[in-house]
Amino acid sequence: MSVAMPSSGDASFAARIDNPATRALMRRHRVRWWEALPWAAALVFFFAFPDYLSFGNELLVVILFALSLDLALGYAGIITLGHAAFFGAGAYTVGMLAFYGVWSEPITSLAIAAVVAGAVGMLSGLVLLRTSGLTLLMLTLCTQALLEEAANMGHDWTGGFDGLLSLSFSPVFGLFEFNPLYPTTQYLLTLGVLFACFVFVRTLVYSPFGQSLTGIRENLLRMHAVGSPVRWRLVVCYAISAAIAGVAGGLWAQNNAYVNLSALDLDRAATVLIVLILGGYGRLYGAFIGAVVYMALEHFLAQIYPTAWQLGLGLLLVLIALFARNGILGLGDALWQRYRGSLPWRFRARRAAP
Amino acid sequence: MDSVANLAGILLGGLSAGTVLFIVSVGLSVTMGLMGFVNLAHGAFAMFGGYVIVLAMNRAQFGFPVAIVLGFVATAALSIVLERALYRRLYRAGELDQVLFTIGLVFIFIAGITIVVGPGSQTLQLPAALGGQLNLGFIQYRTYSIFLIVVGVAIVLGIWLAFERTRIGAEIRATVDNRRMAESLGIDVDRLFTITFAFGSGMAALGGGLGAEFLGLDPQYALKYLVYFLIAVSVGGLGSVVGVYYASLIIGVLDFVLTLYLPKGGTIFIYVLTILILLARPQGLFGRKGL
Repeated sequence: MSVAMPSSGDASFAARIDNPATRALMRRHRVRWWEALPWAAALVFFFAFPDYLSFGNELLVVILFALSLDLALGYAGIITLGHAAFFGAGAYTVGMLAFYGVWSEPITSLAIAAVVAGAVGMLSGLVLLRTSGLTLLMLTLCTQALLEEAANMGHDWTGGFDGLLSLSFSPVFGLFEFNPLYPTTQYLLTLGVLFACFVFVRTLVYSPFGQSLTGIRENLLRMHAVGSPVRWRLVVCYAISAAIAGVAGGLWAQNNAYVNLSALDLDRAATVLIVLILGGYGRLYGAFIGAVVYMALEHFLAQIYPTAWQLGLGLLLVLIALFARNGILGLGDALWQRYRGSLPWRFRARRAAP
Repeated sequence: MDSVANLAGILLGGLSAGTVLFIVSVGLSVTMGLMGFVNLAHGAFAMFGGYVIVLAMNRAQFGFPVAIVLGFVATAALSIVLERALYRRLYRAGELDQVLFTIGLVFIFIAGITIVVGPGSQTLQLPAALGGQLNLGFIQYRTYSIFLIVVGVAIVLGIWLAFERTRIGAEIRATVDNRRMAESLGIDVDRLFTITFAFGSGMAALGGGLGAEFLGLDPQYALKYLVYFLIAVSVGGLGSVVGVYYASLIIGVLDFVLTLYLPKGGTIFIYVLTILILLARPQGLFGRKGL
């Protein structure tokens, strides 16, 4: 708002501040009350279902991974089929450091994983982000396949197809032991890391940098025209997204105490894409909703019959692509917009008040 | 003399594998070139056709040629139904929705085949005439591989003639080059796409059946070879039949050589090569239009 024309007086400036659109834009980064709900739910889960903590761990890692993809795909509009490349880079970094006894402190390991994955993202982004559309899709796919093949080929360092097993990590802060049977430490660590990364991503997307990413997604030509350094922004965003994916991979390796090629395969890249789109991309909380729905469906349908899960997932994807392009949250938004008028008066009054 | 025979053997093996890759991928190339539709379910059509062909032979005791025709027709018919009912709705959607939709279709195909046929691998019993060895004068080689190479040459010639010499071929070329202009000239692009989609899926079925002998055929087929199909199409160039043919042959021979001399992870060179080619020529080796 500091770009007010010199000729305009204080009154018109105040009028512009008072404009409902200005106010909405100025307020949109503020924390809403319901944003505390996922974190409260995660803590309730910790105390209520101590037997399901490893499931919870897996869920938190998927959320973090999907969140990293949301930054690249949802905000910057970089369509990639190879995001598991960075997940795998982080997982193998943490895994190899621990396996060869180089570094086993969990939190700094994650930081190293972020740096390594971020560097991979930066380097590949510098090369790949010159292209777009299908070419980019193919290049990301090939980059990931390349890393997977490299991990397979470097058998002597990476354990090849079998991976690196029984990794051990030193206690968090030197106090809290990693316990594979009762993974309370892992759960709280994962939750803490997820929270930190979420706050970072949330701040980032509402910053001028994040706004310019959305601008690039929505209208590339206009962003070039206003002099935004488009390619550099995309590369930086891709590198940050890769670094967060690397942290997710590192957490995955710590939680499982192993790394193998599944960290880098097409299945993982497709899964995270599905999770994000299922929840709704470009809206931060899509990663949370998508991961919960996906993991719950997988858990219960696969219990019935493993093939039932695949069939159910396939049908779900087709339905989402045909009828709910913006995912579950988008569907919720649409329903809210449509039926808001027919809700009890209390809701209407609250919406109308501001 | 021995090394010459070795070299010829490697070349023939690679060419026959490349031919199968070409037969599966050619339809994908044309449909992606025409509509820009990212059809990741193309491998699923190949798998479906392969199953029809193999089961027609193993369970219904049909002959090889009859089974092939049956597989082609059944898959083409299925693809017409899917195209009319579902694909059509997503032509104007973004790549992301198309990717999601076709991945969903792949999962449905995999689950469907696992439920109906079973998770096991199916084997193709070659007819006696194709099972043996053929004396080429300087080398004895598997008759089936030679058969595949000959079939591939016949197919590429046939499609090339159809592209260059028929009205519908001209319409396809026009639409790949400039869709709006083609539509303005009165070409019914929707109908054109249904026809090419059905034909491409039928060809995929053919490839699935012909390749089942050495690629194997199990419910994971649709995903396992997907990257190869996509590489063949993108390196060859969208909408270019000859380009996909050359790209497939190169990949087939390279893969054969690499697995022979670098059994551990030789495929890495194929990925590196693909990345380099696409960076240098985003439209592929023979493509006229960007991906």
